[in-house]
Amino acid sequence: MTAIPLLDVRDLTVEFATRRGIVRAVQHVNIQVAKGETIGIVGESGSGKSVTSYAVLRILDRAGKIAEGSITFSGIDVAAASESEMQDLRGSEISMIFQNPRAALNPIRKIGQQIEDVLLTHLKADARDVTEKAVEALDQVRIARPRERYHAYPFELSGGMCQRVVIALALACRPQLMIADEPTTGLDVTTQKTVMDLITELTRERGMSTILITHDLGLASAYCDRVIVMEKGRVIETAPSRAIFTAPSHPYTRKLMRATPRPGITLRDLLPEEPGGPRLVVGKEAPRSGEPLLTVTKLIKEYPRKGVGKTLATMFRRGPAPETETFRAVDGVSFAVNRGESVGLVGESGCGKSTTSSMVMRLIDHTDGVIMFDGQDIGEIPAEKFAKLPIRKRIQMVFQDPTDSLNPRFTAARAIADPIMRLGDVKGRDALRARCEDLAKQVGLPVELLDRFPHQLSGGQKARVGIARAIALKPDLIILDEPTAALDVSVQAVVLNLLQDLKEQLGMSYLFVSHDLNVVRLLCDRVIVMRGGKIVEEGPTERVLFAPEADYTKELLSAIPHRDFDVPAKGSELRLAAST
Amino acid sequence: MTDTPVQAPTHGIAAIIKHSRYVIAENKVTGFSFGLFVLIVLAAVIGPYVVPYDPLASATSVALKPPSAAHWFGTDQLGRDVFSRVIVATRLDFFIAVASVALVFAMGGLAGVAAGFFGGWVDRVVGRIADTIMAFPLFVLAMGIVAALGNSVQNIILATAIVNFPLYARIARSEANIRRDAGFVQAARLSGNGDIRIVLTQVLPNIMPIMIVQMSLTMGYAILNAAGLSFIGLGVRPPTPEWGIMVAEGAAFMVSGEWWIAFFPGLALMIAVFCFNLLGDGLRDIVDPQRRT
Repeated sequence: MTAIPLLDVRDLTVEFATRRGIVRAVQHVNIQVAKGETIGIVGESGSGKSVTSYAVLRILDRAGKIAEGSITFSGIDVAAASESEMQDLRGSEISMIFQNPRAALNPIRKIGQQIEDVLLTHLKADARDVTEKAVEALDQVRIARPRERYHAYPFELSGGMCQRVVIALALACRPQLMIADEPTTGLDVTTQKTVMDLITELTRERGMSTILITHDLGLASAYCDRVIVMEKGRVIETAPSRAIFTAPSHPYTRKLMRATPRPGITLRDLLPEEPGGPRLVVGKEAPRSGEPLLTVTKLIKEYPRKGVGKTLATMFRRGPAPETETFRAVDGVSFAVNRGESVGLVGESGCGKSTTSSMVMRLIDHTDGVIMFDGQDIGEIPAEKFAKLPIRKRIQMVFQDPTDSLNPRFTAARAIADPIMRLGDVKGRDALRARCEDLAKQVGLPVELLDRFPHQLSGGQKARVGIARAIALKPDLIILDEPTAALDVSVQAVVLNLLQDLKEQLGMSYLFVSHDLNVVRLLCDRVIVMRGGKIVEEGPTERVLFAPEADYTKELLSAIPHRDFDVPAKGSELRLAAST
Repeated sequence: MTDTPVQAPTHGIAAIIKHSRYVIAENKVTGFSFGLFVLIVLAAVIGPYVVPYDPLASATSVALKPPSAAHWFGTDQLGRDVFSRVIVATRLDFFIAVASVALVFAMGGLAGVAAGFFGGWVDRVVGRIADTIMAFPLFVLAMGIVAALGNSVQNIILATAIVNFPLYARIARSEANIRRDAGFVQAARLSGNGDIRIVLTQVLPNIMPIMIVQMSLTMGYAILNAAGLSFIGLGVRPPTPEWGIMVAEGAAFMVSGEWWIAFFPGLALMIAVFCFNLLGDGLRDIVDPQRRT
């Protein structure tokens, strides 16, 4: 590095004052970003990657402060700059894209006006040409019909569109550095690809530098020149992205890479290398023959189109009136799940996969169709009555968000015991407690954690509690609704393996609802791809993912960001390091 | 961070005390209001046994005496000790406030939770009842209720509860509504819980912290309301010691310079309301997860 870097972070330490004393969120971090360079900061939650970027923009919350080190941005000492100097810098020289685009936009202002605000604040336009410039900014982020969309409110746009508007906002003043904090986390894979391609193209065009903060190694490897890996507030590895993925030097980087689901590996490959000999490799059990456990035939769910009253709607409607009175979220879906089989239900948001699973789960009623479970038409039973029937025991669910799905006022033991108390046959306090402890052991939750409340548990521990609760009644079918979407990759690896083990031990069937094809591939025997409430493609996992027939499946597969990286074979270096 | 090492478990009462101590230490004003609260409770519980004079005993020989060593707050027109009366009145005023807040919590809280959780016609009925109550000026409504039902402590409690109903119903409704589709509610359904059980064991405990803050904030209003009703003659009747009546009785003597008769019960009233409002703010800090850094 000969040239002076655009951004030079040296020996940065950020401290937060909390009730438990001072917490060092970032410790002695060094980051240099050259002009025109794209760097990725990768780490799991709590690694300090976001805090570092907040420090650069000096937008740490009140409890946080830069304790040590310097931040120099094109000759300006950011750590010592006054607040008004920082205001000039933010937005016009350094800009930021946040994780949730909808939350980053003001919901009651037109998107065009929001871009104008930025331009006017930084004196990049005056009253005469500001509208033109705002429209131009929208056009640059490939928003079709920018002049019309200028008048749109954020709620009228899709998530991907909103993120484009946020990018337009961030780029409006032609900054030199853009910080993107998990810019595509809430977006579908195909949208993620278009958004990331757009960011790369625009920043290259303008010779800007970009810092991409992400937990997704695949994303970082595909889009960044250099990657910085952070763990617990420290930078543990910095290398060009090609080098880091072919020869990661730090064990943590290797662990992260192993845990990232990718083509060509099995579920067991996700787990960290174990020095104590190879793990028992369990082959995938062939689905047992016989009657399918669950058969869904021509399932339909219609919702009335909600909104303003009909007369009002026709009075104020600008476009043509909608053709139908109802909206079909699920449109004639048929599939079967055999005993002991895992079926993946894949699709992007709004494809009807969650509605389908809720109907099978009997949480909501269907409009038409048949749901046969073990020879009984459970679709006929109203959802309200279903809750108290004995058959409720046999279909359980693991929820998407382990935090949201646990009552904050219940201890882990109480949460696990709840289904047993209502539907189970274990009576008496001691027996119940013993059963909870058995379940905790089964899912690998330390028994002493059973008396904790959810907020005292980590994400992985909460996921285990959720799984323990789902298997408490020994169900035949478990619906897994993106059970690992809220977890870090290394935790995801452990949870996925746990699910596989439990399935083999207890002989359950899984219906795995997910948007992540790489994860589905690892756990499922068969895959169903859905789009717009219909099934697009169905078949054995390997066939669908390696020789997709439907165009949509191909599009989904090609959108997954990855650079093919090989994890070095069971750590020869590691063994060496250990023996010396 | 799959399995973090076992840290010292903190839960139950010990954790609440620890957290409360932290908040009080952080915020001196809250600590002060907790102190005042303890003082008010003490006055209400043991006040009648420790006051120096009988609050009802008149002694015309010492009527209208200004504050002195013998009579700290002076005496009123019948020679009754104002200090004793102010302290003894604490119990009645505090009782009215607590009872009415408990009543409105039971009525408004449950109705609101039901409205928010079930929606549909339950929501509409509860909403319209709340709207109807809010269509009246609240104090005038309370006056009307007491005037219609008769002057008694029960009716003051009922009137105060009714005028506060919309506030509780609305807060409980919105909080229950947010949690209606929460993951843990769905999980409870999968575990075989019926709707009623879900409301009572899953939803209600989770909105309790917010309701408790609300209760503390309305305590002040309830005391004011009770005193206000007594002040205009629609509440507790003389000679019962009660802050509102005492202010009303003393008001006539203000012009002639005997300020202490109205001043001290007024001061007690002010301190009580002040204390409950500060306490509400402090409680909000305790239950607000944002402060749990």
